[in-house]
Amino acid sequence: MSATETRDAASSYFTVGAEIHDSKAPAGPIERKWQTRQFEAKLVNPANRRKLTVIMVGTGLAGGAAAATLGEAGYNVLNFCYQDSPRRAHSIAAQGGINAAKNYRNDNDSVQRLFYDTVKGGDYRARETNVYRLAEVSANIIDQCVAQGVPFAREYGGLLDTRSFGGVQVQRTFYARGQTGQQLLIGAYQALERQVKAGTVQMHTRHEMVELIVVDGRARGIVTRDMVTGAVEPWFGDAVVLATGGYGNVFFLSTNAMGCNVTANWRAHRKGAYFGNPCYTQIHPTCIPVHGDTQSKLTLMSESLRNDGRIWVPKQAEDCDKDPRQIPEQDRDYYLERIYPAFGNLVPRDIASRQAKNVCDEGRGVGPAVAEVDHDGNPRHVRRGVYLDFSDAIGRLGRDAVAARYGNLFDMYAQITGENPYETPMRIYPAVHYAMGGLWVDYDLMSSIPGLYVTGEANFSDHGANRLGASALMQGLSDGYFVLPNTINDYLASGPFPAIDPSHPEAAEAVESAQARIDRLLSVKGSRSVDSFHKELGTIMWEYCGMERNERGLMTAIEKIRDLRQQFWNDVKVTGRSQDLNQALERAGRLADFMELAELMCVDALHRRESCGGHFRSESQTEDGEALRHDDEFAYVAAWEYTGEGAKPILHREPLVYEFIELKQRSYK
Amino acid sequence: MRIKLRIWRQAGPDAPGAMQTYQLDNVSEKMSFLEMLDMLNEQLTAQDIEPVAFDHDCREGICGMCGVVIDGSAHGRYNSAVPTTTCQLHMRSFADGAVIDVEPWRAGAFPVIKDLVVDRKAFDRVIQAGGYISVNTGSAPDAHATPAPKRQSEKAFDNATCIGCGACVAACPNGSGMLFTSAKITHLAMLPQGQPERALRVKAMVAAHDAAGFGGCTNIGECASVCPKQIPLASIGQLNRDLIASLFKGDGK
Repeated sequence: MSATETRDAASSYFTVGAEIHDSKAPAGPIERKWQTRQFEAKLVNPANRRKLTVIMVGTGLAGGAAAATLGEAGYNVLNFCYQDSPRRAHSIAAQGGINAAKNYRNDNDSVQRLFYDTVKGGDYRARETNVYRLAEVSANIIDQCVAQGVPFAREYGGLLDTRSFGGVQVQRTFYARGQTGQQLLIGAYQALERQVKAGTVQMHTRHEMVELIVVDGRARGIVTRDMVTGAVEPWFGDAVVLATGGYGNVFFLSTNAMGCNVTANWRAHRKGAYFGNPCYTQIHPTCIPVHGDTQSKLTLMSESLRNDGRIWVPKQAEDCDKDPRQIPEQDRDYYLERIYPAFGNLVPRDIASRQAKNVCDEGRGVGPAVAEVDHDGNPRHVRRGVYLDFSDAIGRLGRDAVAARYGNLFDMYAQITGENPYETPMRIYPAVHYAMGGLWVDYDLMSSIPGLYVTGEANFSDHGANRLGASALMQGLSDGYFVLPNTINDYLASGPFPAIDPSHPEAAEAVESAQARIDRLLSVKGSRSVDSFHKELGTIMWEYCGMERNERGLMTAIEKIRDLRQQFWNDVKVTGRSQDLNQALERAGRLADFMELAELMCVDALHRRESCGGHFRSESQTEDGEALRHDDEFAYVAAWEYTGEGAKPILHREPLVYEFIELKQRSYK
Repeated sequence: MRIKLRIWRQAGPDAPGAMQTYQLDNVSEKMSFLEMLDMLNEQLTAQDIEPVAFDHDCREGICGMCGVVIDGSAHGRYNSAVPTTTCQLHMRSFADGAVIDVEPWRAGAFPVIKDLVVDRKAFDRVIQAGGYISVNTGSAPDAHATPAPKRQSEKAFDNATCIGCGACVAACPNGSGMLFTSAKITHLAMLPQGQPERALRVKAMVAAHDAAGFGGCTNIGECASVCPKQIPLASIGQLNRDLIASLFKGDGK
């Protein structure tokens, strides 16, 4: 197939619309842009703020922090989450730490360096202006959290400890043992509950957003389903903020919480919000492997394990059944050390993940074989696991020293697998972990729908094609505490907007369509459970849109997803009633949206005929098998516009202009 | 493995509930307890029986959403060799042929919503009463402005690891939420930043605890024995010391 034909194959799935050239970042030197924006923003008089209502969906770091901050400022905030308490948002599960350019270590760190590391780590597919601001406000986050009582790790002198993380050369990561996300979230949760008490924030738990209300071109409200009573009802405000996290659960198995979903974002996408770079998903290399067909989720172990653990598989496939301790040194393949002598086991996440897949594809994986489909769609069983071996480290440092560094991770592994990692090597395998893609936003974090803001993992903005370790918490809190509360004023200053009530045609339509969708799910009364469809979707996505993608596979996936979607609407079995707590119904609604997103992810992956960060196209690699970018063609954000069910989406390119950082090819050999 | 489950089924808050028996074959010892319940629910769905409602989310033992009483102990603590959340309990902890009882948290302050799902909003109300440091965003001094001694900081952390699951309340014969409340009191009391509101906080949180319908603490210790995060009973001692000390201060009432 010639290059032109290849292009045609991809382009038959979408049309091209106008480019985006203005992300609303102010002009001037990069270090002045944020101050300029803050100064130029229109403001709302403190006395007028209580007349303005902000709807905030989500209570994680990006949502909880912003709800608390906007409440403190005096706005009237309506906050929603699907869990039974705002304290349970999935930010809580982040382990490693949070980056901040404090330079407390006197090790050459600066805003400039954090900015540079983040853009480079994102494989030059992030927007410079947003990333610079992220680096700039990072230091304020640590101050704020300490003042709230977040118990960060400290030195004996009483000052904060930091460590090195995510393959950078400075020690800028603040942490709270292996539970940094939990501690930061509890800090935000406490600030939020203080505002609930003060009456500025009205909290609605066990409420799931099922539709967005757009009136006269502005986001003016949402429709929720009360997950206890089943009531579907509208809520109105002057602006809507989605802080609803990532969409990793499109793969069924991921490190996300079971309830993480794309519904809020997808509903907004269908109402006009562009979706940015949906194919950029991060696969984390050090997760506990799948144990069998009944697995419900995957558990991540901090990648700090790679500092002392050595990763290997047997050289011969025949040895894969053996007790690893009986396999002699000369029959082991320490493949990362072999392929990347300079970085060894510490290569970036995307590379470590892909090489683990390669050795397992060769039949040299270890542990139980799991069911999957091959590239031609045939079922097969493959061992998906590699050894992470601490026997050298235990020999060198002693068991106690290893336990002091990694004890909590070893305990977690032992509890889940029933194996003792001090005695036998751990088994690990990559798993879906984070979505760099998300709803497209401008410099103000506003989506392409006026009045609809998107923060945290739910937006696409800061991590390009790959996220560095300890940067997710930084972005969530940066957006939540400092960016959104400074940018949303500019929009709210034009309000309050005309009051709307449930009888307004747009509101009534949104409620009716949401209820109709619920009723439709319950009326199919087919033969297959929701989970069986979700697992099948996950299998398709993992094989064709996972760690390695190619044109034929992605086209196959799109066909399979379309078929599956049709089967779903004809044959899904959702038990129970609408007016009740009905968990099968909740999952069915989320899955229906995942199935639409899955197709867009594949179209995005298909059109991006280059490898960058977490997106590896097998057609675009160097002679050594490394990711090969094509900056001349693909240095842009792909912002997708929805045009209707079954209709081709429109691609809007936002060219990425690098004024302050020079584009380079990454190398780790 | 083949197991027999006896599970509390209750259609709604005001509906009567009862234990129902289900047989489950082909359970793998590698499955987590919640994956076993997923399997049961798939089986029930196939039989056109409504699945068992239960709360869960992260399935990594950190969000605090899951929690049921298993064979009489919260999170199945007495089936497990180590402290655990329900999601981190695995079927290898049970014998082939076991009969397993599964019930919701039972406490006055945690009414049942459906089956194994309970309402834990009372915990949020306790935090609202004062489980925070009053500091508005943007007004914080530099993080190094106030050093915090390492030992106290570690103790603050140990208490801050509470996941708010409610096992302590379910285990307590009095249905007391004192371990939960004391974990927050101790977390904030150990840090320099928590001092200005210390007396006010303990009075307000204990009052909110009582108002939320939790029972009083009589130092039985069941709470600490089931706590997945090992919050020690000593934290309740810290709360009591702070409460008594606060009575000599004018802050709060």
